[in-house]
Amino acid sequence: MTYINKLVDRVEFGLLSPDDVRKISVTRIVTADTYDEDGYPIERGLMDPRLGIVDPGLRCRTCGARTRGCSGHFGHVELARPVIHVGYVDVIYDCLRATCRKCGRICLSEQKLEGYCKQVSEMAAAGRGWWALADEIVKSAATVEKCPSCGEKQQKIKFEKPTTFVEGKNRLTPSDVRERLERITNEDAQLLGINPKIARPEWMVLTALPVPPVTVRPSITLESGVRSEDDLTHKLVDIIRINQRLAENIEAGAPHLIIEDLWELLQYHVITYFTNEVSGVPPARHRSGRVLRTLAQRLKGKEGRFRGNLSGKRVDFSARTVISPDPCISINEVGVPEYVARTLTVPVRATSHNVEELRDFVRRGPDVHPGANCIISSEGKRFDLRYADREELAKVLEPGFTVERHLMDDDIVLFNRQPSLHRMSIMAHEVRVMPGRTFRLNLCVCPPYNADFDGDEMNLHVPQSEEAQVEARILMKVQEQILSPRFGGPIIGGIQEHITGAFLLTRKGALFTREQAQQLIAAAGSVKSLPKPAVREAGEEYWTGKQIFSMFLPEGLNLTYKAKICENCARCKGEECDIDAYVVIRDGQLLHGVIDARAYKALDWCEVLDRIVKDYGTDAAREFLDRVTRLSIAVATMFGFTTSIDDEDIPDEAKERIAEVLDGASDEVKKLIDVYNRGELEPLPGRSLRETLEMRIMEVLAESRDRAGEIAEKYLGLDNNAVIMARTGARGSMLNLTQMAACVGQQSVRGERLSRGYKGRTLPHFESGDLGAEARGFVHSSYKRGLKPLEFFFHAMGGREGLVDTAVRTAQSGYMQRRLINALQDLRVGYDGTVRDDRGMIIQFVYGEDQVDPARSDNGKAVNVEKIIKRVVGAE
Amino acid sequence: MVELDVRRHVLVPKHEILPAEQAKEVLEKYRVTPHQLPLIKASDPVAKAIGAKPGQILRITRDSPTAGRATAYRYVVEG
Repeated sequence: MTYINKLVDRVEFGLLSPDDVRKISVTRIVTADTYDEDGYPIERGLMDPRLGIVDPGLRCRTCGARTRGCSGHFGHVELARPVIHVGYVDVIYDCLRATCRKCGRICLSEQKLEGYCKQVSEMAAAGRGWWALADEIVKSAATVEKCPSCGEKQQKIKFEKPTTFVEGKNRLTPSDVRERLERITNEDAQLLGINPKIARPEWMVLTALPVPPVTVRPSITLESGVRSEDDLTHKLVDIIRINQRLAENIEAGAPHLIIEDLWELLQYHVITYFTNEVSGVPPARHRSGRVLRTLAQRLKGKEGRFRGNLSGKRVDFSARTVISPDPCISINEVGVPEYVARTLTVPVRATSHNVEELRDFVRRGPDVHPGANCIISSEGKRFDLRYADREELAKVLEPGFTVERHLMDDDIVLFNRQPSLHRMSIMAHEVRVMPGRTFRLNLCVCPPYNADFDGDEMNLHVPQSEEAQVEARILMKVQEQILSPRFGGPIIGGIQEHITGAFLLTRKGALFTREQAQQLIAAAGSVKSLPKPAVREAGEEYWTGKQIFSMFLPEGLNLTYKAKICENCARCKGEECDIDAYVVIRDGQLLHGVIDARAYKALDWCEVLDRIVKDYGTDAAREFLDRVTRLSIAVATMFGFTTSIDDEDIPDEAKERIAEVLDGASDEVKKLIDVYNRGELEPLPGRSLRETLEMRIMEVLAESRDRAGEIAEKYLGLDNNAVIMARTGARGSMLNLTQMAACVGQQSVRGERLSRGYKGRTLPHFESGDLGAEARGFVHSSYKRGLKPLEFFFHAMGGREGLVDTAVRTAQSGYMQRRLINALQDLRVGYDGTVRDDRGMIIQFVYGEDQVDPARSDNGKAVNVEKIIKRVVGAE
Repeated sequence: MVELDVRRHVLVPKHEILPAEQAKEVLEKYRVTPHQLPLIKASDPVAKAIGAKPGQILRITRDSPTAGRATAYRYVVEG
């Protein structure tokens, strides 16, 4: 490594003077043509060989270096008449307004100028900018009518976009503007915010235009042999052509009008050369009608140089394709298509221990899977195995060579899904090479990536150095990310069927024959033998689901908690719970209770998985997850688990009672409105009468929906698959179910009943001023029965608000995230526990003030005292 | 108007000026130059109230939702 002991002290931005332009120029460009008939670049043309070279093999006419060594040289064009630089029109305008039209001094009294001078030099000495002061000076000087220095009467100068200045009735030509700027003294320029040492005001009006080297605007040769020039070259051709015509016309003494027109045209071309997106200027177009991409467009915006090429760029050793699920691979693994594995490579240094193996890779070559694409000799020479005699290369391969072999099983890769919002958006996986064309991932890692399989694509990166690979393995592997630093609980865990399956397995009365039990254990990928059967009946042996589940719990695990299905009875019956919601695990045996979301669901408050990660380590947790998810899926398949709309069927009598409740509510609303109309309504404290009425109505209707739901719930028991999903926390909620079975309820926009649309009513079907339940968006129907047309319309109103909210939220939170990351990206926790930025400034004296990593803490505390006491006392 | 002593406000944590000796210890403990500490202006109401001068270091003891009590230090600068 070479270290350069130079430090950038400061960067100064200034303007190029016409002399500077000529000084850096290697040639003056005079012809607008690029190549002659033989395809050779024309001297003093836009492709002049002195401007640098793009084609490999040639040497630069100016510096003699080859393509790599020569970054090109500037040329220049002498403009026949000066033109204004679009980028500086604002500054030019300020300069013109603030200075006298005759003597060029700032139109302020001598004393005032001296005062400002003092302030500016003070600010400059303190290293601060004085833009605000310069603005103030311009503002006060612009309104002066008579120059205090020479007594000349001043005229108002108007600025017309894009580059025209009008004084009174006369248009100022760029030459006039330049003359005036020349008259500004160095001291005055300083007061206007211009440092005259690096930028004289008149340099903002161009007389010589630099021509960038060809390396900046390379021409492309198409397959047909046709040369296609860069947009910048096209623009420069325009400028030179018009410039030439202008010069000729001036020479020939053409009428004033023609010269003005050509001058104007030259100004247009120079504007669009700098930027093609000025308001008031039609964008310059290619012959095909495509808008040209000129200088400013190259830098600006998402695909510009900064955001597109410097902040983010395309990388090697990466792959992207659609993802699909595979419950049979470990959470640590990622399925990689063989085609991808053949293209991505890992460099392996040959040693005496692995030469033979590497020779085999080389012999198999780039087309057979565990092969190699390239080898690099000890001297650093590359041999591409596609075109070489592989047998020969295998022979010369010896320790010291590097082989770029194909990606293979157990290699470590980084896997990523955008938007990368938290650190779990990029995790390290072990490779499993598979047939097919998609990346395969275990379902448990969907939550951290926020992935689903409706066409999502993900990226894969192969770390190349041993150090990077080891670091990825130790710090970034999926199993190391099970606990989220966001809330200290698992972000990787069971989802959907994993929960229902475990519930079906462990609920009361689930018995399995030997054959069934063994099938389940085999599906889970375990080779343990069954414990003693819990039940013997008529010579048959039966195992409970709890026994089977316990086989996957680590020994010595003790836990007591209430499951998700717990109904929070007033008096908890503990182990005698009617619905088996009281979970007791002793020494790794599930004695009571069912396994549901509370045990191991991702992104939930989960007891079992949390305990295993914290007490038994990530290896045990990974194995537990891999096994139990496969077991649960096998159980769900064995029982058969499905849901359909008839899961929300309720008997007719229930429907009648629900209708009664809703009708009652409607009547009550009517009564409330009556009371309100009679003026007898008691207002709630701090509310107007109208607000009180709305609140009371909302209350009544919400309660009626809840009661309708309760009635429906009575007929929806745990024998119902949809209910199982909702109660165990696998998917959906009881609210979803009652909305399907009983009543959808009140629709709202901004937390209020629907009220907008027509004058005093939502739809013309109602009377103006109708405040009744139906007129303001209460939906009596259930989703199952179907919504009436008006209800459907109201439902769409409420639904739209949700959509708008999500759209707005993502945009806002995305921008907030960007700002936060920019502010926090360099912070780190030092070995002394302090949080510091990249300059060593202390941000926090103790990380989080308690030095606790939430992902490694128990309930946010460094030690869980209760747990320890329980363990010591032996209560658990 | 009665002059309010900001130090008595519930939201203002305890500020105290460190004696030069302790200030040195703090700098050595964290291995920092004074300017690497968070800063506080001498014109800050609390700094004025306790009479802190530029160049001194303040110890601030706050209630913390995570740790119960947390100590921080600030370097007094002009302004």
